[in-house]
Amino acid sequence: MRTLLKITLLFSLLALPAGAADRLKIVATTADLAAIAAAVGGDAAEVTAVARATEDPHFVDAKPSFIRLLNQADVLIEGGAALEAGWLPPLLDSARNARIAVGAPGRIVASDAVQLKDVPPRLDRSLGDVHPYGNPHYLLDPANGGLVAGAIARGLCGADGPHCDAYTANAARFTAALDAKMPEWQQALAPARGQKIVSYHKNFDYLAERFGLEVVGNLEPKPGIPPSPTHLADLVPRMQAAKVRAILIEPYRERQTPDFVANKTGAQIVVLPIMPDGRDYIAFIDHDVRTLAKALAPS
Amino acid sequence: MERLGISRPPAMLAVVVLAAAPSMVRAQGTPVEQLRQEIESMRKQLQQMQKKLDEQDTIIRKLSKEPAAPPATATAPPAPVSPPPPAVAKAPEPWSPTAPIRVLSGSRGYLNLSFDGLADAGWSTAPDVTALQRGDHDPLQRGFTIPNAEIFLNGAVDPYFTGAANIVFKLDEDNETSVELEEMYLQTSSLPWNLQVKGGQYLTEFGRINQQHPHAWDFVDQPLIIGRMFGPEGLRNPGARLSWLLPLPFYSELLGSVQNSHGGTAFPFRNAEEELFGRTPIERNVRGPGDLLYTPRWVSSFDLTDSQTVVAGLSGAFAPNASGRHTYTQVYGGDVYWKWKPSWQSGGFPFVSFQTEALGRRYEAGASNGLPREVLNDWGLYSQALYGFTQRWVAGLRGDWVSGDSGAFKADENRADRFRASPNLTFYPTEFSKLRLQYNYDHGQLLGDDSSVWLQVEFLLGEHAAHKF
Repeated sequence: MRTLLKITLLFSLLALPAGAADRLKIVATTADLAAIAAAVGGDAAEVTAVARATEDPHFVDAKPSFIRLLNQADVLIEGGAALEAGWLPPLLDSARNARIAVGAPGRIVASDAVQLKDVPPRLDRSLGDVHPYGNPHYLLDPANGGLVAGAIARGLCGADGPHCDAYTANAARFTAALDAKMPEWQQALAPARGQKIVSYHKNFDYLAERFGLEVVGNLEPKPGIPPSPTHLADLVPRMQAAKVRAILIEPYRERQTPDFVANKTGAQIVVLPIMPDGRDYIAFIDHDVRTLAKALAPS
Repeated sequence: MERLGISRPPAMLAVVVLAAAPSMVRAQGTPVEQLRQEIESMRKQLQQMQKKLDEQDTIIRKLSKEPAAPPATATAPPAPVSPPPPAVAKAPEPWSPTAPIRVLSGSRGYLNLSFDGLADAGWSTAPDVTALQRGDHDPLQRGFTIPNAEIFLNGAVDPYFTGAANIVFKLDEDNETSVELEEMYLQTSSLPWNLQVKGGQYLTEFGRINQQHPHAWDFVDQPLIIGRMFGPEGLRNPGARLSWLLPLPFYSELLGSVQNSHGGTAFPFRNAEEELFGRTPIERNVRGPGDLLYTPRWVSSFDLTDSQTVVAGLSGAFAPNASGRHTYTQVYGGDVYWKWKPSWQSGGFPFVSFQTEALGRRYEAGASNGLPREVLNDWGLYSQALYGFTQRWVAGLRGDWVSGDSGAFKADENRADRFRASPNLTFYPTEFSKLRLQYNYDHGQLLGDDSSVWLQVEFLLGEHAAHKF
């Protein structure tokens, strides 16, 4: 019995976060989650992102170095809503890390904290590569950034109790800073309120809703399907009728189609990063809001 | 419980703690007084937690009553001192972040199910296409071939295991349907010390291509060296595999597999179904553990730069063969994969990849049919390069070469020199379908020269698991 207890103790020690004295190792699937996690984790955590900030987050390679990264992680923060479905499952399959298994304290699913838009009423791939659980690009709405920070703080408290107070305080500070910026952002985009815009992919819907812009179309005929001449022939007159002034695209998109549509309609191409690249989350939103405000300013 | 003055969930926690307490007392021999003190301190902690929760509840309730966004208009910017837009205001009704919104609840089952269909159409200058195409999932004849219709099932069995099955249907040259249980295995998900065990029937982890199902191939057919070393079906058999993720700063994994060594899916081993190298096979029973198939593999990977990754592996496969009572086969292999995918990739494009595998086999052939006992050495390699030059389009080029030393049995189509060059072009309308056009130029010591053109179509239904790198 005593031996059994010793073995159990030994195992529970092994199950503790590796190097508990060191900083908590947080792996976030994308750069936006990593930026928020860095704000919440503060000095108690070190944060690494899997996907590069500049790449298409739907098509990340499941590189073996990520297996090592996930094997060492104390906490995994995923965006959820099937954004990482194409690359995270095989990595986790090989990572053999119980600390970040589904349901473990070290597994944080950020989409659980927000209300997702565009949950399809039915699943049918003839409608394109529709995300089955709703649009996963929710972090371009800064209000969702605050919700996710709260969820991350709760998750980190579960995984690393001793630093719970610090995480909670950091999240509160982060949310307060966001809330303080919000009127500023609302004011910057106030002149553009009600304006109609077009985006390449359904990446900017949350941002548009937060600031009262109306997305009247996408360059993609259906999610994940490249623009076709038929679709553009339909879209261009609709854009002209709606007086669309901006086409929002991600930095990694091809420019041929946006250029063509911009030429036809007189709309301006606005390249908006969808992930913070080296910036913190608030500075990233600030950059996007100001870029958008400048593009939509009354001429 | 009421005496503790806390609401239900923390109280339940306390009950759990109390229930666990007696065993702790026995185990550690703690005096009751000390335990009481501990409970007292826990009670205080719980009360503090409850207070915090209540505070948060109040905040949430307050926030969800406030309007969604300030009624900002173009003419009236919000006053700088007005309350900031609430963070949770998007929810139409009071909603607690601790109660996650469940979308599509119930529609996602415990099992991922998918179906993959592959069809080939084309022509070859060789009237007997199977003389050129030795793989069971290759085009088999002029005209049309259905080489692979695959049902894939997988999911978590319980907290300890995941399970997967791969059931493949295919049509032969006479349009007879055959069914194969290609894979069926259980894999551990929570072993300590970075270990993982897999058991069942599975594609042996030898090199790269042997682990892949036909729909994951980058070419219409399997490389010549794989067919020559492991036969038309590749190497797979019932068995068990242990893998260890090495505690190194880079990815490095050691795998060891023990499988049955007989049958057509263990082609160069105790395979009594096929006459190999002129020898009539004999039925060899398993006399001891040494008669099973052992396959060690070591694979490592490095990120050369942010956008370049290399994976390299070494494999071996060892088991007796069916040409004699005391004859053995050893197969060795080395594989390298390199991929470049820039940090600005969109939809997975552009990319460039290079993959090569070299294999060598030492086969102790027994004396049979007037042929002497001798050692036959065979080797070969394939190299392939892929260029995803624009979204949805991939151009590929593969070179195949197989050779071996001479043996007593001449004019052996399983050992003669062969060369193949295969350029191809693939169009992926989405990641669920593909159209592939491939040209094969074949040159063989015994076969002469042949040209073939194949068109391959693939479709995928359901939720197919993502592929490994």
